[in-house]
Amino acid sequence: MKNIGVIIELDKGRVKEANLGMITLARAKDVKLFAFVLDKQAISVKAVLESFGITTIVEICLAKDQQNNPATRAKAMINAIKKFNISMVFGLCTAMGKDFLPRMAALLDAPLVMDCFFVDLEQKTARTYQYSGKTIATIQLSGQTLLFGIRPNAIEPVKAQEKARILKFDSSHVFAGGLRVIKSGGAEKSTAINLAEADVIIAGGRGMKNSENFNILFQCASKINAAVGASRVAVDSGWVPYSMQVGQTGEKVSPKVYIACGISGSIQHFAGMKTSGMIIAINTDENASILSNCDYYVKKDALEIIPVLTRILDNG
Amino acid sequence: MQIYVCIKHVPDSAANISIIGKNSIDENVNFLLNPYDEHALTEAARIKNNLPGTEVIAVCLGKADAEKTLRSALAMGADRGILIAKEKNYDSRVTALALKAAIEHDGKPGLIFTGKESIDEGGMQTMFRIGALFDFPVATNVVKLDIEADRAVVVCELSGGITHTYEMSLPCVMGTGRGLNTPRYPTFPDVVKSKKKPVQKIAFTDLNIKVSLAGMRVIELKPLYQARQPKEIKGDATVVAKELIRILKQEAKVL
Repeated sequence: MKNIGVIIELDKGRVKEANLGMITLARAKDVKLFAFVLDKQAISVKAVLESFGITTIVEICLAKDQQNNPATRAKAMINAIKKFNISMVFGLCTAMGKDFLPRMAALLDAPLVMDCFFVDLEQKTARTYQYSGKTIATIQLSGQTLLFGIRPNAIEPVKAQEKARILKFDSSHVFAGGLRVIKSGGAEKSTAINLAEADVIIAGGRGMKNSENFNILFQCASKINAAVGASRVAVDSGWVPYSMQVGQTGEKVSPKVYIACGISGSIQHFAGMKTSGMIIAINTDENASILSNCDYYVKKDALEIIPVLTRILDNG
Repeated sequence: MQIYVCIKHVPDSAANISIIGKNSIDENVNFLLNPYDEHALTEAARIKNNLPGTEVIAVCLGKADAEKTLRSALAMGADRGILIAKEKNYDSRVTALALKAAIEHDGKPGLIFTGKESIDEGGMQTMFRIGALFDFPVATNVVKLDIEADRAVVVCELSGGITHTYEMSLPCVMGTGRGLNTPRYPTFPDVVKSKKKPVQKIAFTDLNIKVSLAGMRVIELKPLYQARQPKEIKGDATVVAKELIRILKQEAKVL
């Protein structure tokens, strides 16, 4: 019997959708599945976690002022891993995960593969993309504790009903020196859907022409529950913030649908979105390389098409 | 203060990657400085400007031809370089051990920079491993940085524009992200000067790093093929919009 731990990411007290695919991936015969919750809400998430096969929920109780300190969280988490004899740890490769999983791996001196879209529990291998999404690498991990950062949306969630118990793991004494959180939050658009976890992304590039035109995308996005992304040109021109960039030097995303508006589709842009389920390109330039590497394309101006799309969606 | 900037020699993102054998790439393509490392070098140069007496040292674990990338770092403002020459590729655990050993041997780091990730392997963890080895605090995806007398105040970006502001004791390790600065690309005189700056070469084997069996090893590398068959949607804006809605509903099932 192997103990596998899954670190659950919450959003406003709810289990983020992306956790469910990750739990599905961590599930196997002869595996005891532990869920680790660091945000004091184990009871409210019990029902959903046990419906995906979790049998133990460990609530890690941190001191109030250490709640959002990633260094403290990592320390407390590795204590829990040792206490419950966890041999494999799964976490989401989200912005939060990128500041958390490598901290744990470093403290444990354990192997970690980030941005995995598949893990073979038997072989102890993980699959990820390398070289700007041009290759798929299978990586062999070896060591006492293995860590995996899972790409959100990479795995389809499948339910498996279990009954879970809740254990409290007091970590109120844990404290990381050297790093103190002064301020957190401060989202420019707190209602914005997270790019890495969105099912649908509507992204704008050079063809958007200016900052104001991005509102056209935001309006449409709110109708189809999409996140808004951008190409490098759009962020470098200052039309939208860097956090919206998709690509080689931006966010790597795998939504079900990626709608590219006025984006030519450079290799560097593709590096960030080529694993999308479906790519729809809207571009007036018939030589744009994205038109030959998508599922659907429209040779028209996105500034003309998107408002009409929004209007039709508005009228049901 | 001594600022160490750990840089990586990576294949150009525009290069065609072909696979040799089961798990390596044909390295006969254009290699350059990892783009995120440009932000690290630019920031180090900026700090040096404000803090006279600061020395910026670029450190690179790479094969012999990585000296070219190290020279680019010198042209971007580093005062000197250290090349830890390796014969084969290592995982991020061993990389961190080698960088730590070289830095420790060389001087007393006040700050250590890396890029927030490399564009080839994208492991996203070397900065944390260096931090753990030195027992220095670490921040990643740093988009704003202020160095004060004995502390650093950094803003790290999470997705969706959410940020965390951390106060860190010095010395500390930072993974730099886009948005921290606009890289200052070298002028012709910078390039000329960089050729005269010293680069010290150390053999990886001279660092006496114990390469343990634990770690990560690429056992297979396969090209990622795309088999998309583009179909055109024609008609006026209303026809196109209606067809897009049908596709989103019936094919992608996201509406």
